[in-house]
Amino acid sequence: MSNDTTPALHVSSVSHSYGARQALEGVSLSVGQGAFCGLLGLNGAGKTTLFSLITRLFDNTSGHVRVMGHDVRRAPKLALQNLGVVFQNRTLDPDLSVLQNMTYHAALHGIPRRQARERAVAELERAGLADRVGEAVRSLSGGQMRRVEIARALLHQPKLLLLDEPTVGLDVGARRDIISHVRALVGQGGLSVLWATHLMEEINTDDAVVVLHQGKVIETGTSQEIADRHEVGDLKEAFDAMTGLAKGKAA
Amino acid sequence: MTGAVGQYGAAGYLRCMTGIIWREGLRFLQQRGRFIAALVRPLVWLFIFAAGFRSVLGVSIIEPYETYVLYEVYITPGLVGMIQLFNGMQSSLAMVYDREMGTMRTLLVSPFPRWFLLGSKLLAGTIVSIAQVYVFLAIAWFWEVDPPLGGYLTVFPALVLSGLMLGSLGLLLSSVIRQLENFAGIMNFVIFPMFFMSSALYPLWRMKESSPLLYELCSFNPFTYAVELIRHALYMQLNLQAALVAAGCTFAFMALAVFAYNPSKGLIARRGGPGG
Repeated sequence: MSNDTTPALHVSSVSHSYGARQALEGVSLSVGQGAFCGLLGLNGAGKTTLFSLITRLFDNTSGHVRVMGHDVRRAPKLALQNLGVVFQNRTLDPDLSVLQNMTYHAALHGIPRRQARERAVAELERAGLADRVGEAVRSLSGGQMRRVEIARALLHQPKLLLLDEPTVGLDVGARRDIISHVRALVGQGGLSVLWATHLMEEINTDDAVVVLHQGKVIETGTSQEIADRHEVGDLKEAFDAMTGLAKGKAA
Repeated sequence: MTGAVGQYGAAGYLRCMTGIIWREGLRFLQQRGRFIAALVRPLVWLFIFAAGFRSVLGVSIIEPYETYVLYEVYITPGLVGMIQLFNGMQSSLAMVYDREMGTMRTLLVSPFPRWFLLGSKLLAGTIVSIAQVYVFLAIAWFWEVDPPLGGYLTVFPALVLSGLMLGSLGLLLSSVIRQLENFAGIMNFVIFPMFFMSSALYPLWRMKESSPLLYELCSFNPFTYAVELIRHALYMQLNLQAALVAAGCTFAFMALAVFAYNPSKGLIARRGGPGG
């Protein structure tokens, strides 16, 4: 089903509405294997709805979502096996230890206990948290919790990692730390990342970017390309121009 | 190449289910307050309420009892049902809480089928409730509530069935309830009516004497059948009608809950999902 040219994530013409409210309209985007892609949008742009559809919390009523070539609706089992997710809200169990949280996740992927332990320790080492394995999650800092969540999402070795505003609520240092950690993971090869954010400074000039606004994709390309197309200095200015924020500010 | 370490065959299903049960047990043990509250509630009814009403409420000889029984003995199966009822509703509250905290979402992105994940969660809650029941029955034994020893064994399958029934009702409610505060609503609109309109505290023939309408309502209350199933099983008898009703209700509640959590048909997609 999948080969090296199959995109890790392919979303085509996806629409979704909550009753009368149209949350997404004809959204299409693609994330190549081993690529980092920023999904940029203001709060309420539809990022979380899109994530809900990709993770199959609910289904898309039109269009297709494919993870490593597997349709999320038709082959959810294969699609979800290839998917790791870090949700916007904290989803670790604060009463349990770091390792207990990790092995619970491993069980949700049917990983045998011993192997689960090994994988958990390996991923926590990669996240620089090997010494916190036995500690209660409650005792970790916000940034460390995020790192544990990333380690947990990678435990079953997915091909695609989704992160929904992962730096919300973190201080500048922790935010920088999380970004460079995820970029390093992409650099190690094989992993593709879709990083949703409303913070322009988290996007590099050569990053692929998809701009989502009021439920529609209004721009795609690298950050630099988008800025050039709008004849402005950087992505932020281009974004302000596209979304009408600049006008708002002027007024 | 896909899902390099995940195992999604039969052994994987089993590990997934035991993982969910393990986590539920671990959480329960770590929330001591919940454990104590779960025990104190029925014990207050047994020690105080039942003692006070012992002389007021005479219970004639009815099945499965062979002689006149103390009021404490009569209400024990009802209190066992109450433990499971609270547990089922509390786990539904935990589901709402989990969902809002996102833990539910981590469960639902598991590649295993959703009905299996929800069923495992239900089973986990039932096992926790049965552990509570046995601790309660052990304490009640010192309070002259001493059914035949074999009854402690034969009540087990009844507890599994009643636990699943009340748990699946909770699961169904969890898909409908949106806010954390609504446990008070569950208390008022689910737990109290179900408990009082049942045979937990008084035999239904007494209710019939007071109000035929209430009697009819009690006979439609699934909780009545859970209590009667437990009452008979505790005295090594099978109440087939109660067992069938409990099984039917479990199936119906579970089917509705799976429907409600279904990604394309369910309520989650319709009623306005997350913002952002």
